[in-house]
Amino acid sequence: MAIQVLLVGAVIGLVGWLAANALDNLARGSIATGFGFLSRPSNFEVGECLIPCSAADSYGRAFLVGLLNTLKVGGIGLVLTTLLGTLIGIGLLSSNWLAARLARVYVELVRNVPLLLQLFLWYAVITEALPGPRQALSPLPNVFLSNRGLMVPMLAASPAWLSVGIAVIAVVVILLIIGRWRRRPLPPLMAGSLLVGAALLAWLAWGAPTALDVPHLAGFNFRGGMAFSPEFLALLLGLVMYTAAFIAEIVRSGILAVDPGQTEAARALGLSPGLILRLVILPQALRLIVPPLTSQHLNLLKNSSLAVAIGYPDVVSVLDTTINQTGQAIEGVAMIMGVFLVINLTLSALMNWYNARIQLR
Amino acid sequence: MTERPVALPPSRPRGPDAGALGWLRANLFNSWGNTLLTVLILWGLAVILPPLVRWGFLDSVMSGDAAACRAADGACWAFIHEKLLFILFGTYPHDQLWRPGLVVLVFIVLLTVSCDRRLWRHWLAPLWLVGLGGMGVLMAGGVLGLPAVEDSLWGGLPLTLGLATVGLVVAFPISILLALGRRSTLPLVRGLSVAWIELIRGVPLISLLFMASVMLPLFLPTGVTIDKLLRAQVAFILFASAYLAEVIRGGLQAIPKGQGEAADALGLGYWQKMVAIILPQALSLVIPPLVNTFIGLFKDTSLVLVIGLFDLLRTAKSSLSDPFWHGFYREAYVFIGIIYFSFCFFFARYSRWLEANIKHSQKPL
Repeated sequence: MAIQVLLVGAVIGLVGWLAANALDNLARGSIATGFGFLSRPSNFEVGECLIPCSAADSYGRAFLVGLLNTLKVGGIGLVLTTLLGTLIGIGLLSSNWLAARLARVYVELVRNVPLLLQLFLWYAVITEALPGPRQALSPLPNVFLSNRGLMVPMLAASPAWLSVGIAVIAVVVILLIIGRWRRRPLPPLMAGSLLVGAALLAWLAWGAPTALDVPHLAGFNFRGGMAFSPEFLALLLGLVMYTAAFIAEIVRSGILAVDPGQTEAARALGLSPGLILRLVILPQALRLIVPPLTSQHLNLLKNSSLAVAIGYPDVVSVLDTTINQTGQAIEGVAMIMGVFLVINLTLSALMNWYNARIQLR
Repeated sequence: MTERPVALPPSRPRGPDAGALGWLRANLFNSWGNTLLTVLILWGLAVILPPLVRWGFLDSVMSGDAAACRAADGACWAFIHEKLLFILFGTYPHDQLWRPGLVVLVFIVLLTVSCDRRLWRHWLAPLWLVGLGGMGVLMAGGVLGLPAVEDSLWGGLPLTLGLATVGLVVAFPISILLALGRRSTLPLVRGLSVAWIELIRGVPLISLLFMASVMLPLFLPTGVTIDKLLRAQVAFILFASAYLAEVIRGGLQAIPKGQGEAADALGLGYWQKMVAIILPQALSLVIPPLVNTFIGLFKDTSLVLVIGLFDLLRTAKSSLSDPFWHGFYREAYVFIGIIYFSFCFFFARYSRWLEANIKHSQKPL
């Protein structure tokens, strides 16, 4: 008991001393406190916006734009790195000697070099080695890759897409409610056809628009379509490749941990190798894979903060600029930490829920 | 005298899998799918490897100036030759470069010595402390007739190695306390330890570095300033302590309960029990994952460039801004990539070897 009282006393004393110093320093430097700055105009451009934004916007909106950028790179990155990591993990165990060696070389090479170095390399390759917009590479029709980034065609803006989105969300909610009510979800085929049907109906109701917004050269850069900036591409590529190397090892050890007798039994039943993987090995391996996979996903999200080093306007770099302009370091750093803690807790909760579902009951 | 029959050595069956051709058939062409995969990979390698070899070796320029490099198609290793001292040692004064050079050498010797299990004795920890202190003095100077060198001039490999090892060495005792705290029965101690560990593990290292670089000055009494390097080091120590604590907790959890109960039965107090019975066993169990954590820390030192320190990555990046030598980013990044890779790969291999070896020699508890 005495130890605890002493410890808590020491912690309170330390925090109090730090707080007193901070208040003193803030008063001397006449630095404002509180989150009032969030509603003041920010006077800086955020390079990439998923929602309309300009320099006249408030710090709060700039923060929101940065947060959306973080979620964008994180969301796309999580999906791609899981796919790539699983593929390489299976490659590590391939009976093809060459494929297994290649996967091993990839994992060792990528894992043992700092992520930041890889980001710089990708960024330099994209901005310096790729041709300018006029000589842009076009690997697919209407897809352009240049030192200004990747341009892809996008469905032209139309109210139809909004209503399709609303229809899909509405059906998902209804399906969830029905599932709760029946105490088990609808069969996947029925649920899937309901979803597709609702989306199709909404699309047809607006006259089935098919117009594409195609990127085209205008002056020195492309206009139209959807653009992915070099910063975004470098960050995405670096994060996906780096995390995939770790996920590959997790997938490999998860699959190896499944008793070989299971495979032999499945083979004795006459299942094909593909079916053995899908029906016998993966369901068992997933139970071992999901917990460490979650921590790799969290790592990817945390590592997306390296965006600040290559100039992708994620939430950290927006808040960094905010701190430099307003001098409100405490609030800024607290917001960075808060964002990542919330993201972490949410993702952990989601993965724990999924993990609980796939465990043996 | 009768001759005893001698058994013939078993000969390997000459089946379809024997010989080089058999190996190829078994490992590369054992099914349609694998054959297709093999052909695809070989085709990919044939497309990628020759230009890479031509770039890196055949067409590369080993020495000369930028003009010679631009005339050639291959890599400009002359650029690395020109910038080598800057990339390795940053802006350290030119006439004193033997000092950081010696520091790197001592680091390598110390790390190599520490890898030999026969040398894991009680003097190893004091040796590291003396070594780190000595290297700090050597870098800073100001005594023994060495000219003083401000730490804002330190950079490159010594900085990277220093941040990682000092971070590990200082964070280690803290992390032991945190790990013990997390398993403590005292609720307040446990709560504080959990909060510390989870908070730090939940946020990116960059936010800790920001905290150290822009927030810490606000929390110190007016007039007290800590220089940038030390602040980054503090952030690094905080970061390392949380991750190390989780590794050590894994070791503590692996020790059977009977060990602690036996110590209790002998009448040992809490600290006696931990120091004499539990920790020695727990720590030796977690040496391989500790090496892996060190690899992670070593790679993570590259993040300090975000707050303006000249680590190995930053010096390489800065060397690119020389207008005479513009555009040789591949060479610079490949060069320091090889340095990082050699360190990390060696320690990763070492950790794996250690794991196999320790398992082998460990008696069941």
